[in-house]
Amino acid sequence: MQLLNKRPESLLDVKMHYCPGCGHGTIHRLIAEAMDELGIRGRAIGIAPVGCAVFADVYFNCDMIQGAHGRGPAEATGLKRAKPETIVFSYQGDGDLASIGMAEIVHAAIRSENITVIFVNNAIYGMTGGQMAPTTLIGQKATTCVEGRTAKQAGYPIKMCELLATVEGAAYLERTSVHNVPGVIKTKAAIKKAFQNQMDCKGFSMVEILSMCPTNWGTRLDNPSEATKYVAEGMLPVFPLGVYKNAAKTVGESRSLGV
Amino acid sequence: MSEKKLMKGNEALAEGALRAGCRFFAGYPITPQNEVPEYMSWRLPQVGGAFVQSESEVAAINMIYGAAATGKRTMTSSSSPGISLKQEGISYCAGADLPFLIANVMRGGPGLGNIAGAQGDYWQSTRGGGHGDYRLFVMAPNGANEMGNFPHKCYEVAFKYRIPALMLADGIIGQMMEPVEFTNAEIDIKTLKEPDWALGVNNGRAKRIVKSYDLREGCLEKMVLERVKRYRQIEENEVLYEERMIEDAELAIVAYGTSARVSMAAVKMAREKGLKVGLFRPITLWPYPKKRLVELSGKIKKFLTVEMSLGQMVEDVRLSLNGRSEVYLHSKPGGSVITAEEVLATIEGVMKKGAKEYAAIK
Amino acid sequence: MYQGIKLSGFGGQGVISAGVLLAQAGMMEGKEVSFFPSYGAEMRGGTANCSVVISSDEVTTPIVSEPDTVIVFNEPSLTKFEPLVKKGGLLIINSSLITSKAARKDIKTLYVPCNQIAGELGNGKVMNMVALGAFAAATGAITVDAIANALPKVYKKLKPEVIELNVKALKRGAQFKLN
Repeated sequence: MQLLNKRPESLLDVKMHYCPGCGHGTIHRLIAEAMDELGIRGRAIGIAPVGCAVFADVYFNCDMIQGAHGRGPAEATGLKRAKPETIVFSYQGDGDLASIGMAEIVHAAIRSENITVIFVNNAIYGMTGGQMAPTTLIGQKATTCVEGRTAKQAGYPIKMCELLATVEGAAYLERTSVHNVPGVIKTKAAIKKAFQNQMDCKGFSMVEILSMCPTNWGTRLDNPSEATKYVAEGMLPVFPLGVYKNAAKTVGESRSLGV
Repeated sequence: MSEKKLMKGNEALAEGALRAGCRFFAGYPITPQNEVPEYMSWRLPQVGGAFVQSESEVAAINMIYGAAATGKRTMTSSSSPGISLKQEGISYCAGADLPFLIANVMRGGPGLGNIAGAQGDYWQSTRGGGHGDYRLFVMAPNGANEMGNFPHKCYEVAFKYRIPALMLADGIIGQMMEPVEFTNAEIDIKTLKEPDWALGVNNGRAKRIVKSYDLREGCLEKMVLERVKRYRQIEENEVLYEERMIEDAELAIVAYGTSARVSMAAVKMAREKGLKVGLFRPITLWPYPKKRLVELSGKIKKFLTVEMSLGQMVEDVRLSLNGRSEVYLHSKPGGSVITAEEVLATIEGVMKKGAKEYAAIK
Repeated sequence: MYQGIKLSGFGGQGVISAGVLLAQAGMMEGKEVSFFPSYGAEMRGGTANCSVVISSDEVTTPIVSEPDTVIVFNEPSLTKFEPLVKKGGLLIINSSLITSKAARKDIKTLYVPCNQIAGELGNGKVMNMVALGAFAAATGAITVDAIANALPKVYKKLKPEVIELNVKALKRGAQFKLN
């Protein structure tokens, strides 16, 4: 027998708590593979958010800090500026990043903090039980909008890549998806680039990843394709994939090593 | 040692923190503490440190949460409403056993209040302030000189016991100028050992996690009780206070910070009138000098708490004395000016008339 | 010796820097000193005031509630602070801008046309120094030389000729005598 593939070194051999069909496990693996390939595990510090990925501090095989809800970009700012030789990434969900942490993410981009943000957008609050998220689609059902989100009552879903693209300090913004194989491959490339940017001191980089939440979407747990289909047909039209910003140079560069 | 320099309290605080090894500062403007971030903004880069003007107090404390996790000496400062905003983050840092320095240059409250010096945040500072069971090491400077010299002690205790340290000043102390002499040798940060919990470049060691949560049954309780052991050590070893003219005193004023300065003036006026009055000044507000108060109650039967708040610290005096002596209160809330003449009037009221009559005046 | 001083005027009249200068001079003379300003919203446009203590003994409170000396540079300050002067204390009035006379008879009063003298010296900005010179001469709490020596410590960026002008203003102020 020949070993074709193995667990990335940057991911620990512990049982994950994620639900069947959830995208977090896949995304964790992609981050770990990127860290392995770039050889940065020994100097990486990850920030676990509040939300479903709260236990990410256990899964990654690098130094980790468990953050406060929405404050990942602020914590990353402190970590990176206090120890510029590290590679810092903030892992955040949509409630964390686009609702309670809106100020922190926007201002980290404004300052062009030399950090990497992984933003998992599954259009729902998972951990707390399926409440409406800032990215919940119009018509999408949630436990705080049982008949589906209406613009009249709750306004429209926020598009973070588009919003941050207007910020001069943002170096790299890309939206990808993990609902199919090409999407997974592109997501890994985007994560790698977001890390590479930090290694090259290019400034603020964020990858927004569309992901599945079968449990809270109410799609079938024994048939994950229902959820991936919802990403393709429901989310993609509202959140188009692509590179929203790829600046050659930002102010973050001047901060490089040493402060 | 350094020569005396006329400095503003806030600037002395910033310079003192820097001399004690602070290399990261994050903060948001609010009166009356603005000189702290202003000073840090140009001074930190001179010594290779980092300064960030954050988008909010909430962001500032979380920048500290991140920066402190690297084991470096870090600091944030604010004033009352801003400190309220920081409470969640302070609780996280306390729960993750991260040492750092936070300064509260208090102003009048509640709400937006005013920008005058006040002491209304005593409870917030000594009872936790944020959610959960935790303590802060709290020092109360009484002027610019102590603003400059206390950061040294704060970092020492904070790193030794892994607890956030708070300097509780007020607008008067922050804005006043007086001669400052830095009595501690400036710390060469290269001599500071990186703590064995610090996040960073791992050089092959096992991964480290900084966190305040544990969802496993019974584990959080263990974590908290482990921390409480360190709290007990702090209570045993780190209590600080000052006594003035207390030896023959029949009445002891208990006051901290600005109130203690004003009270000292009143003590001197009272002595000129032949009244035997002394001053007991808690320097650490947590741990509170309970034992010493109990000792003093052996000879002193009247204690007068003077505070620029409605009667917050008086609770600690009462709890310490537990009925052993009479406890009176002179309170001045809302950031109004407190004068020695007023305090003297209260001293006379208490000493000459006694408990019943004094209660009647109030 | 103990001298509690209150200085008050419009923002921009150099009230705060005059207070800092007094404290600096006192410190350099080996005295215990403190300085405490009004701050924040009050700083903008309205009146600015500060308290200074110069003492041979420890400074207990930096808040001067019954000043030995009050120096007022504008009319509203006179109204506000004249009542606070300690009985037998000193009130210095900038008579260039204040037309009212002191109401109290239980204090000493010195009228000094600060703006006028500063104008004669060719720079209106030094009017605060005229008042400090008068204060030094009238109280003896500090010498004109001590204030002059403190000038370069407080105004680090001032050119020597401007320092000299300030010293001239101090000396002119010191010529005013209590009657």
